[in-house]
Amino acid sequence: MSKFKKKKKGMPAVNTASLPDIVFMLLFFFMVTTTMRETSLQIEAPRLPSATEIKKLEHKSLVSTIYVGKAKDEKYGTAYNRIQLNDKIATPEDVPSFILRAREEVSEGEIPFMTTSIKADKESSVGTITDIRIKLRDVNALKLSYSTQTGADN
Amino acid sequence: MAKRDVPEINAGSMADIAFLLLIFFLVTTTMDVDTGISRKLPEKQPEDMPEPPKLKEKNVFIVTVNRNNDILVEGETFMTIDKIREEALKFIDNGGGDGKPGEDGTPGAPCDYCEGERSPSSSDHPNKAIISVQSDRGTDYGTYIEVQNELLKAYTVLRNRLSQQRYGIAYSELEKRYKDSRGTEKDDLKKKVEDIKTSFPQIISDAEPTS
Repeated sequence: MSKFKKKKKGMPAVNTASLPDIVFMLLFFFMVTTTMRETSLQIEAPRLPSATEIKKLEHKSLVSTIYVGKAKDEKYGTAYNRIQLNDKIATPEDVPSFILRAREEVSEGEIPFMTTSIKADKESSVGTITDIRIKLRDVNALKLSYSTQTGADN
Repeated sequence: MAKRDVPEINAGSMADIAFLLLIFFLVTTTMDVDTGISRKLPEKQPEDMPEPPKLKEKNVFIVTVNRNNDILVEGETFMTIDKIREEALKFIDNGGGDGKPGEDGTPGAPCDYCEGERSPSSSDHPNKAIISVQSDRGTDYGTYIEVQNELLKAYTVLRNRLSQQRYGIAYSELEKRYKDSRGTEKDDLKKKVEDIKTSFPQIISDAEPTS
């Protein structure tokens, strides 16, 4: 009988002493990789259109982002055509200075590789995008990316 | 001998604290890679630019999108979005005539890799075939992107086909391999990629939108 009783004592508890170490490791990983959004959105988060023929944007420091969508603040109206540069709602006329300021932050050799990413809402109108495009062309910022989601292939 | 009595600090809750922080960072982390349709804008033209050479109408494929997001191809046929790709593909792949003359003055040769109808009323050669997207100021951006995407897809299909024929590997795969390669292999792959790219150049122009 004594043999059986011994078995009933059950399994020994799993040693969890190294659990904090594992958790800390994960924690540091996420702390390091987290990038807090630099600009706060003044427009509602744009619902990006989806596409399949897309390319990844590399070199994040060389990408300047222009948001287009509906302003959160109602005084700007409810159309999906407000443009946000940095932290402010802006007009297409402000685009050149925005690009020029972005250029100051990178070295001269990298300027031709700078890309402008347009994050526009599905319901924005092409006219707004065209206005931005013309302004971009004026300051010779020719690399452009229309930001999209990855859509299903059909 | 007070030293002996210092009790050990209980570290049992350390894991809990760390977990809490971990979850916070997990939630706030956004690992979004920005992806999108990339486009190269044409350079600004000086005002005293000479008139651009006239293009033959048959070499231009016009897609018009109006303010109600209706799509009109070649100014006459209304079309749903999923038909555009087929039509664009047919247009690019037609190969009804001679291509553009080379930069060194060699006369343009007919397209020997096209598999289209070779109809004389459609494009001469893929390197002459121009797709022009004419949109309205009121067109939805979503529709505009969809159209662009379909047109790009047509090019992808053609490039994949040619790459498969010439090198036995899809173009997308070829490009990926080129990016990962090093040294002499890279030069070799670069040549292949360039070859496919120039065989089916993506010529999509955005016309100034009508208002």
